[in-house]
Amino acid sequence: MPTRKRKLGRGVALVGAGMSKFGAFKDKNSRELMVEAYQELQKNVDKGLNPKDIQALYEGNGSSDLFENQIHTAPIMASWLGLVPIAATRVEDACASGGVALRQGVIAIASGLYDVVLVTGVEKMADLPTDKVTDILAAASDVVYEAPAGFTFPGLYAAMATAYMAKYGATPEDFMRVGIKNHSNGALNPKAQFGSISDLMKSRVARAKEKGQPVPTWKDEMDFMRDPAANPVVAWPMRLFDCSPISDGAACALLVAEDIARNFTDEPIHIIGSGQASDHALHERASLSSVYAAQLAGREAYEMAGVKPADIRIAEVHDCFTIAEVMATEDLGFFAPGKGAACASEGYTKRDGPKPINTSGGLKSKGHPVGASGVGQVVEVWSQMRKKAGPRQVPVDVPLALTHNVGATGGTCAVHIFERR
Amino acid sequence: MEITSAAFQQLLNQKKLMGSKCKKCGAIHLPPRPLCPECGGSDVEWTALKGKGKLVAFTTIHVGPTLMTQAGYDRKNPYCSGIVQLDEGPKVSARILNVEAQNPVGIKVGTPVTIDFVEQGQGESKRTFLAFRA
Ligand SMILES: [Zn+2]
Repeated sequence: MPTRKRKLGRGVALVGAGMSKFGAFKDKNSRELMVEAYQELQKNVDKGLNPKDIQALYEGNGSSDLFENQIHTAPIMASWLGLVPIAATRVEDACASGGVALRQGVIAIASGLYDVVLVTGVEKMADLPTDKVTDILAAASDVVYEAPAGFTFPGLYAAMATAYMAKYGATPEDFMRVGIKNHSNGALNPKAQFGSISDLMKSRVARAKEKGQPVPTWKDEMDFMRDPAANPVVAWPMRLFDCSPISDGAACALLVAEDIARNFTDEPIHIIGSGQASDHALHERASLSSVYAAQLAGREAYEMAGVKPADIRIAEVHDCFTIAEVMATEDLGFFAPGKGAACASEGYTKRDGPKPINTSGGLKSKGHPVGASGVGQVVEVWSQMRKKAGPRQVPVDVPLALTHNVGATGGTCAVHIFERR
Repeated sequence: MEITSAAFQQLLNQKKLMGSKCKKCGAIHLPPRPLCPECGGSDVEWTALKGKGKLVAFTTIHVGPTLMTQAGYDRKNPYCSGIVQLDEGPKVSARILNVEAQNPVGIKVGTPVTIDFVEQGQGESKRTFLAFRA
């Protein structure tokens, strides 16, 4: 049976976005982080937002169940944002929860059912000790057939990294450069959990001096990254600074039907492509050095939008691990298979390079509150496309941008394409 | 015996690695599946796997899950997990033994491996885990 080309039933526009600070916040739970994000969104709707206009809420959340011992969080978010009794739905696809919640919002508006939808994402992770978080994140893998092998979540990506290195000759140093780049972007983002590696080195030196401990002497950022004491192996070849941190945070985006967008702003951003795909557990995939679901989700989004990878000016991609960013830039067609690591090392993906990737600092530096990450990416493209990104504003005009959000090792991927007309 | 995860584990406890074979299209699956994702067929039978293959991806894990820290692994004593492609075709996640986890640079993708089993836990909670030996 031939299938028709997928298209949205009607146009969808992004007219507001906001996020909480990402980091570790002992005194805030997920609903309070959500309020912080929503309050920023309210300020960012140019012509103002009447909460009574919002007709539905989608909430991306990975595991409030295990992190906060709380299920059924969507109505809690609606309640705390003053939006009861609108329809409120939680979406769970591990780390892709936010991106998939965005897609649900897009579909809901495109279908004609709703005109104004609030898409949110949130995760509260940092109160728990690291070993507990490790176990919870491992639950996003196949608990029956992957976990018994001893695989952790970093371990599965590390295994993909060894497959990638064996196939293409990349080195752990290539991955380290991706981390350095994202940390230098994050240093310019006031919402980011971590700043640059060089700032971190300075603070480590200062702390050592203060405590009268031996003062470390690193030549440069790469020297720090190669130092096993400063940057220990988590799952080889992934070291601490190849891994995104454990984070708390929330983000939200306001979607409306295109024909009413001007009621909210004179500078709407149009969502012109949306793709999503699923895949088997890692060991059952043909390729271990790429993410097939990302290739498919990307293709669907590109075809819907009628644009090519080369047309995309900036992208926020899912760099839960540095190898993930390298694969993403290939899966999305920005670089040929096997060239992503070299292109990153050569500076193509820097903020002032030809294909800026993760200008926000990415998950790596900005933080990775699992369910919030996919919506946090939207906040960055919203800011960059409207030239509101402050010191990290890219030096070029951004008529087209892309977000790429992956669940676990690629069991889910959601890709969206944004246009400023 | 019905094709279930529990049956797969029982067979593993008897040191047998069994996958499933679709009688309609011939596809072999590991883990075994009651429904063939290739052709959609449900006429599926158990098939024994020889337990020989090659390492196609691996990692040495320094920060492990509770399952592994309980077995005595930690930063100073990392272990190797990997994905093995069997001679029959399917790939599977398993623990990788007889490699130097402290020296991952010396572990090579493509290394031939043979099936082994790791027993963990005591009494009721004793369980067999799939492993391969380099
Ligand atoms: Zn079949």
